[in-house]
Amino acid sequence: MTAKTLYDKLWDSHLVKQRDDGTALIYIDRQLIHEVTSPQAFEGLRMAGRKPWRVGANLATPDHNVPTSRAERARGVDGIEDSISRIQVKTLDDNCRDFGITEFHINDERQGIVHVIGPEQGATLPGMTVVCGDSHTSTHGAFGALAHGIGTSEVEHVLATQCLIQKKMKNMLVRVDGQLQPGVTAKDVILAIIAEIGTAGGTGYAMEFGGEVIRALSMEGRMTICNMAIEAGARAGMVAVDQTTIDYVKGRPFAPKGAQWEQAVAYWRTLVSDAGARFDRIVEIDGSALKPQVSWGTSPEMVVPVDGRVPDPAQESDPVRKAGIESALKYMGLQAGQAITDIRLDRVFIGSCTNSRIEDLREAAAVVKGRKVAASLKQAMVVPGSGLVKKQAEAEGLDRIFTEAGLEWREPGCSMCLAMNADRLEAGEHCASTSNRNFEGRQGYGGRTHLVSPAMAAAAAIAGHFVNVNDFVKQ
Amino acid sequence: MEKFTVLKGLAAPMDRANVDTDMIIPKQFLKSIRRSGFGLNLFDELRYLDHGEPDQDCTSRPKNPDFVLNQPRYAGASVLLARQNFGCGSSREHAPWALLDYGFRCVIAPSFADIFFNNCFKNGILPIVLDEVVVDQLFREVAAQEGYTLTVNLPDQEIVTPAGQVIPFEVDSFRKHCLIHGLDDIGLTLEDADAIRAFEAKWQQQAPWLFVNP
Ligand code: SF4
Repeated sequence: MTAKTLYDKLWDSHLVKQRDDGTALIYIDRQLIHEVTSPQAFEGLRMAGRKPWRVGANLATPDHNVPTSRAERARGVDGIEDSISRIQVKTLDDNCRDFGITEFHINDERQGIVHVIGPEQGATLPGMTVVCGDSHTSTHGAFGALAHGIGTSEVEHVLATQCLIQKKMKNMLVRVDGQLQPGVTAKDVILAIIAEIGTAGGTGYAMEFGGEVIRALSMEGRMTICNMAIEAGARAGMVAVDQTTIDYVKGRPFAPKGAQWEQAVAYWRTLVSDAGARFDRIVEIDGSALKPQVSWGTSPEMVVPVDGRVPDPAQESDPVRKAGIESALKYMGLQAGQAITDIRLDRVFIGSCTNSRIEDLREAAAVVKGRKVAASLKQAMVVPGSGLVKKQAEAEGLDRIFTEAGLEWREPGCSMCLAMNADRLEAGEHCASTSNRNFEGRQGYGGRTHLVSPAMAAAAAIAGHFVNVNDFVKQ
Repeated sequence: MEKFTVLKGLAAPMDRANVDTDMIIPKQFLKSIRRSGFGLNLFDELRYLDHGEPDQDCTSRPKNPDFVLNQPRYAGASVLLARQNFGCGSSREHAPWALLDYGFRCVIAPSFADIFFNNCFKNGILPIVLDEVVVDQLFREVAAQEGYTLTVNLPDQEIVTPAGQVIPFEVDSFRKHCLIHGLDDIGLTLEDADAIRAFEAKWQQQAPWLFVNP
């Protein structure tokens, strides 16, 4: 038998039919649904008179549009002030009710960002194929699952057929060996990977993350890494199953129980790339050499270590890249050669499907504990990824640590990650953000995003500018 | 889905690498529950000088004179020339919907992001990957010649420039078939319903825990 990669195994186990033209029908075990990319899919089903193929494979929740202020949330869907957002969330409710799909409603404690609640509920399991009309579906690959984002037409296709039409991707292995230095987190690892291979480096590949550093990470950390595989161009990121995976899944509401648990675990343990499996591309990163990372530009590959400087376009020979640096500097209002630590901040956002899980909040709380947010800051906010993360954080007293330090403690949702709700940057403002995209206008029209880890965002909130979280903690 | 066979259309250049889908259609317009009406907000932040909101009347908004699509010579363009990694970022299908609604039926670039590339085909847009050198040449020619029109022939898989140069391109045979005939691929997949049912039954035996519903 030929050695297989994890991706090969997941692909083979879900292959319904290989067609002569090179495409294949792949069976989908789980579809997560949110309000933004689903209305047109449900509409399509209705117009064609179709029903969901397997209703129970779907799980829905509103996340992108939901307000995060307690006052607005208190009145549920009807309390959403923005009427267009309200209609979209209502439309999700109506569609789920009409088609019989389970939905965690706006104020259900299980509501949250789709990519946080799937794993939290055990609705994401090892060995599954998971899709969602959202590019950060790659997050779920942390469980040894094949998970990727799809468009709305494909959401409809999966609803109607439980399958996707796919072409097999190539295999890439990103191996991070060594040991992370204190203050360097999963977020810094993935930012450094993207800086290394570029935002198109993974295009056409399924990207497996391996090596000592990845093995030593918690599930939260692995999710952070896989979450941003798409920022490196790879639709799917994944990590092999090990004891850490199995321990995390155990006891979750939709995880198998009893005899089925044993049977499942035995199978899950096979979900690793075989020794000698062939990868089309291997990237090696020395984890020991990494420092905390900060993005300076308008693409997630525009990243430097915190002690670095904003690059100088004069030193770039490729004309397209040079133009990219120039336009990013202009948009970001930065000078070539400026020290990263000299960037003054206006707001800090801790949240998003990249970094809003309990471990992220603990990391941030450890930094701000007993300190105060810089007076120069207009706002610093913490938005938990789900109602259950929020509850857990409150049980641990993290909410008080944040509010005493001067950070706002919000209701769960996507929030200022993409600013579809009221949480957003004003034009020209600089924000230290734990989210995943620093595109122009992403966090608000004219807003300037710097991607960092939760610990770095927390340190920046206290200092009012970027600092190496390590120096800061020692002070 | 509208069929795509031969398109003769004015080309417009979008001379910038890594154009992301947030740039193609900003998030505030994603609140719509419809599939159409996004054309007025295509490239909204580049195209207008003010901040756009859904349901706003765009005719009175200040336009950015420096933005390429605002130049009269590109009015009515249906072929978009683009740079590497076009359509990266968010999976929003609103991006191809906006391009289509604006009038683009074909995008030519040295490379595309995977999800965007796929979403184009589902909406009757043909994304074509050409060698960087060839794309460079097209960018030079479109800048030099007003009214630069390309003929994109999908059945023959070739582009013809105004000078008569023939540029062949690759396209996946299944996607080509669907585009030429304007086929809904859900209908096609359902022709394999028996195979799906057979797979499902076998899979449920092997991994019953995956069939525990939320
Ligand atoms: S948190 Fe941000 S990246 Fe994640 S699903 Fe929400 S909007 Fe998308």
